[in-house]
Amino acid sequence: MANVPADLKYTKEHEWAKREGDRIRIGITAYAQEQLGDVVFVELPKVGGKVIAHQAFGVVESVKAVSDLFAPVSGEVVEANAELPQKPETVNKDPYGKGWMIVVKPSNAAEWEQLLSAPQYEKFVAEAAH
Amino acid sequence: MPSRYIANTPAEQREMLKMIGAASIEDLLVKIPPKARLSRPLALPPSLAEADLVRHMRTLAARNADADRFACFMGAGSYDHFVPSPINHLILRGEFFTAYTPYQPEASQGTLRTIYEYQTMIAELTGMDVANASIYDGASSLAEAALMAHAVTERDEIVLARGVNPLYRRVVATYCDGPGIRLRDVPAPDGVLDVTTAGKLVTKKTAALVVQFPNFYGCLEDVAAAAELAHAAGALLIVVADPVNLGVLEAPGRLGADIVVGEGQGLGVPMSFGGPNLGVFAAKSALVRRMPGRLVGATVDRDGARGFVLTLQTREQHIRRAKATSNICTNVALCALTATIYLSTLGKQGLRRVGELSTAKAHYAAEQLTKIPGVSLRFSQPFFKEFALRLPKAPTSVVARLAKRHILPGVPLKTYDTTLADSLLVAVTEQRTKEEIDTLAAALAEVLK
Repeated sequence: MANVPADLKYTKEHEWAKREGDRIRIGITAYAQEQLGDVVFVELPKVGGKVIAHQAFGVVESVKAVSDLFAPVSGEVVEANAELPQKPETVNKDPYGKGWMIVVKPSNAAEWEQLLSAPQYEKFVAEAAH
Repeated sequence: MPSRYIANTPAEQREMLKMIGAASIEDLLVKIPPKARLSRPLALPPSLAEADLVRHMRTLAARNADADRFACFMGAGSYDHFVPSPINHLILRGEFFTAYTPYQPEASQGTLRTIYEYQTMIAELTGMDVANASIYDGASSLAEAALMAHAVTERDEIVLARGVNPLYRRVVATYCDGPGIRLRDVPAPDGVLDVTTAGKLVTKKTAALVVQFPNFYGCLEDVAAAAELAHAAGALLIVVADPVNLGVLEAPGRLGADIVVGEGQGLGVPMSFGGPNLGVFAAKSALVRRMPGRLVGATVDRDGARGFVLTLQTREQHIRRAKATSNICTNVALCALTATIYLSTLGKQGLRRVGELSTAKAHYAAEQLTKIPGVSLRFSQPFFKEFALRLPKAPTSVVARLAKRHILPGVPLKTYDTTLADSLLVAVTEQRTKEEIDTLAAALAEVLK
């Protein structure tokens, strides 16, 4: 089983969300990058743009497939990882660290509560594998 | 009656019918309601022997006005440039002359390599970083460029100069209708982009400004000024250019274009009454992931040998599905091959010579024709190989009268723009001789008397 840090929240589309004060940092899970294989391209929204929970905010492309990135929560994009377009392999190397994708200022606090906890996400992945 | 073109014999047909338990071919059609069926034989003339059929087709074809028997001064997007002999010798080879373009790298290194060479030549001519394997024609290339600009900038307006081929503008309108992209037209009262109006129409909502170089009227737009205007608003500049002219004219990429599209028919593809054509599409590398169409890349195999494959296919709809920028999953490989052979045959100097001769002859023609009383240039702008003439009589009737003398003097602009009902668009390629131009001038003077 891939690494699932206990202090993060998760989506069923394999994004993670981390609370940092009044902001939320977003990326894809170790399991997601393993399934994708070598990431070759990441397309992220512009700073200042809006993202909506459960809707696509960007694209991650690997040698195998192209997948949409789904926003765990709604809000305004306040940061986007400028290194990823040049170094997409960072997503594979450090999905929970340098491979982060965007930071959002959330507009609906209730959405955070609906995200999966680490044990719930682990259970979800384990069930999906069968 | 058994036909020589139907492969199975009556005996084989009986065998197949017996196998499925039908008594006759008629039995297979019983489910079709009688009123939906034709109850009499088709009213066709009796069949001809092959030799008679060829004769019949030749008689019909002789009624066409083609550029081999007529002095053709018609352009407006399709041009009578010379087609060197190596083209037909090579493109008719079985490896190339197929309705299906084989893209599989394990079976098609030759085809992929010709496409790669084509892309390289187009990228160099247009001054762009990357060119795709081609699209259907100039009009669809421009429409795809509009969609691409919309996807890249996330803006919903395209500003088009009136000097862009009117047929292309109609195709752009069709493509942009579905995604709800709004089009804005910039007038060209003097034959070129009205920069003041363009400055007002190009805003933060503009995805791209489109100019044609030289434009539909043959006039040379100031591409660098258009680029400045577009980029100041954060919009892209799309330039429509005919690659056959780019042996002489500056590459649009060096003038600030972000996307260059155009009709490549002039590169050795016969006019063929309007098609098949060659859609040229090239862009800056930063935009490559939003570029439509097939793209061939060079790589190495596991032994380190050079090879060619389709690349960046994740852009395309068979992988990206609804989120792909474009639905194009093919190219006009035979026409792209034609262009590749054309450019290889002519070389750098040859292509320049084609441009020089075309523009020199066009200017000679303009001089001779404007000596005729009542005939003048419609626009006083620098032009390349095509120009609009104002005539004292209706251009459509002038064309009809000159056609009887085996001269096609040009395209009446009334069809495209009612405000130009008095004007005739004249194109002169390297194919036109001085004698033909002088004959045109004499004949035109006569019918205008």
